[in-house]
Amino acid sequence: MSSTTHREETTDLLRFATVGSVDDGKSTLIGRLLVDTKQLFDDQLDAVTEASVRRGTGEVDLSFVTDGLRAEREQGITIDVAYRYAATPSRKFVIADCPGHVQYTRNMATGASTADLALVVIDAQSGMKEQTRRHCCIAALLGVSEFIVCVNKMDLIDWDAKRFDAVEADVRDLAAALGVKRVTVVPVSALLGDNVVEHGSTSPWYRGPTVLGALELAKAGDWAGDETGEGTTTRLPVQWVIRQVGERRSYAGMVAGAPLVAGQRVLVLPLGKETTVTEVSTYDGPLDSAAPGISVSVDLEHDFDVTRGDMIADVVNPPTVTSAIEATVCWFGAHPLKVGDRIRLKHTTHSTPARVTAIESVLKIDTLSLEPKEELEENEIGVVHLATATPLVVDDYSKNRITGSFVLIDEKDHTTLAAGLVGLPQILPQG
Amino acid sequence: MPSPNEQTTAVETTTRGAKTFNHLDLLESQAIFIMREVAAECERPVLLFSGGKDSAVLLHLAVKAFRPAGFPFPVMHVDTGHNFPEVLSFIDETITSLGERLIVAKVQDSIDKGRVADPGENGSRNRLQTTTLLDAITEHKFDAAFGGARRDEDKARAKERVLSFRDAFGQWEPRKQRPELWHLYQGKVLPGEHLRAFPLSDWTELDIWQYIARENIALPSIYYAHEREVVERDGMLLAVSQFVHPHEGEHVERLSVRFRTVGDATLTGAVRSTASTVEEVVEEVAGARVSERGATRGDDKFSETAMEDRKREGYF
Repeated sequence: MSSTTHREETTDLLRFATVGSVDDGKSTLIGRLLVDTKQLFDDQLDAVTEASVRRGTGEVDLSFVTDGLRAEREQGITIDVAYRYAATPSRKFVIADCPGHVQYTRNMATGASTADLALVVIDAQSGMKEQTRRHCCIAALLGVSEFIVCVNKMDLIDWDAKRFDAVEADVRDLAAALGVKRVTVVPVSALLGDNVVEHGSTSPWYRGPTVLGALELAKAGDWAGDETGEGTTTRLPVQWVIRQVGERRSYAGMVAGAPLVAGQRVLVLPLGKETTVTEVSTYDGPLDSAAPGISVSVDLEHDFDVTRGDMIADVVNPPTVTSAIEATVCWFGAHPLKVGDRIRLKHTTHSTPARVTAIESVLKIDTLSLEPKEELEENEIGVVHLATATPLVVDDYSKNRITGSFVLIDEKDHTTLAAGLVGLPQILPQG
Repeated sequence: MPSPNEQTTAVETTTRGAKTFNHLDLLESQAIFIMREVAAECERPVLLFSGGKDSAVLLHLAVKAFRPAGFPFPVMHVDTGHNFPEVLSFIDETITSLGERLIVAKVQDSIDKGRVADPGENGSRNRLQTTTLLDAITEHKFDAAFGGARRDEDKARAKERVLSFRDAFGQWEPRKQRPELWHLYQGKVLPGEHLRAFPLSDWTELDIWQYIARENIALPSIYYAHEREVVERDGMLLAVSQFVHPHEGEHVERLSVRFRTVGDATLTGAVRSTASTVEEVVEEVAGARVSERGATRGDDKFSETAMEDRKREGYF
């Protein structure tokens, strides 16, 4: 590694989340990945070693790298997401190490909602469990389009290639059913390190990449929208109105969907008026164009009454303005969600009271099918209809993760009760 | 052996639209987005400013998020009274030149009012800051406080949400964090409760330094190498000052050092360094084998979960 390039800046940012059942080794795998890529400082590794000795875990317990809470170390489980950071010469990684327990599904969804990729961990001895399916399903539902699947604890089954093949076949079937576009399956031992960063000599029959190799090859940074043409045209949810010198006003927000370009013809929604972007700028000055994920402010040709919660969008293929949506909802509330419930809905930068007008069905994880149901219980995923007090400016979640997502919030204590995706679940067999 | 920081050294760039955006642009945009969201959703936010490098970056991002208008919140310094003079003058100069409002909440006042016990002139006031901070939040009815904490600093911080909920007692309950989905930050709380907002959550120490270099952000002079008298105590180099006197048997040395973090002067260690420019500091940070807090913060060495324990009480 060159010592003269530190002022150069890494470009590429890959966000990934660990996915899988409890005790299959997600945290240990992340610990192994960080240790073997030298991402841990000496004092951090010393602290992990010391904590392992104190708790009598025998070997150094690599799960302590991410399981940093007192309760997690006592119970030997992950309760909430840990964010860790790693970098190789080719990219920077933001890692969300997620819990596997069903009661912490809301935390797993928190970690997966911003991920580009899921690192699925499966115990080779037991193969896929109910909870593996559930988490893969939630990750795919949230729009994660690439899986790297680690078939872990291969050392405990003597690197049995046949067993690996069987687990691989199962997980590839599931990924195909979930519509996941790219899948890599790697036999690993997180405990010993084989095929995590280096191949090792234990599985000469495996010719694919290591976990790190697969992470370096993965497609990065598409969750805010990209230029593949699969998503929507440009959207700018208005976050904040900046009063410039004189009468001028600019509208600040983060670009989503496709680049925002100076001179672009746009609609101001829900107002429905057409105008032109006269300037795209940041504090540092004007830009010709800003990519999805960049915070900018824009000036418009016309002086419309634009406020926080409005959306500026390309005149071509604009979003839908509606006060009634059909949506897929992951419910985290302790009490069931029922028809008639009143709740606050936050979508982009816009909040509005909403009411549940119908509950159609619940998603059955084992069969990936929708079954009629009248209420949603904790950690269930279902299709609901919502009516809102003020109109929403939405896209289908499958087209845009920013303008297609919302949360439902308790009006009394302001806790977040659900993750919502505009449209039907995209993981269902189409047709 | 390479350093954990050294690996962030790629030169490759991709073009997204006409301008090329790199990871610092994305981190900057994310932080500005969070600051605008909190300013819009919360009634009375405040920005906590210690004069350290992370809060200097935070202040710079506030300028980028809200200029040419003034900040939609005041700036607050929780003053331990155990300061490095270079930091105090930096705070005053910075806020004056920005023309923003500065509130100073003093640990000494909490001691004088009997809210906390005086640990003596040479005792640490690190933990006492929590009471001073929470009292100031209550007094001013703040419902959100921006802080410069980063998730790479500590294993408890690695677990914390970007918008982190504090109950009516100012406490963090790590087992009951609100879900935080996509970028849909939820800023509403009940009266008496508040949020801590951490726009720099996803930044690493090296990101911070690369950004300081790129943006030319001013810092207190003690972040760069200078000669000063230090004593070695508990594996740390402490600056000899009115708050730190050499104990018997301790040997005072004059060394070229700099500070990686800035906190209570009785607990903040210096590191041996000859890095006197921001470029040299970036090089040094990229090659570091010991973490920022591990090298310099006595407050994290009290127990395995020192940071979690303090955060539960309402610490930064």
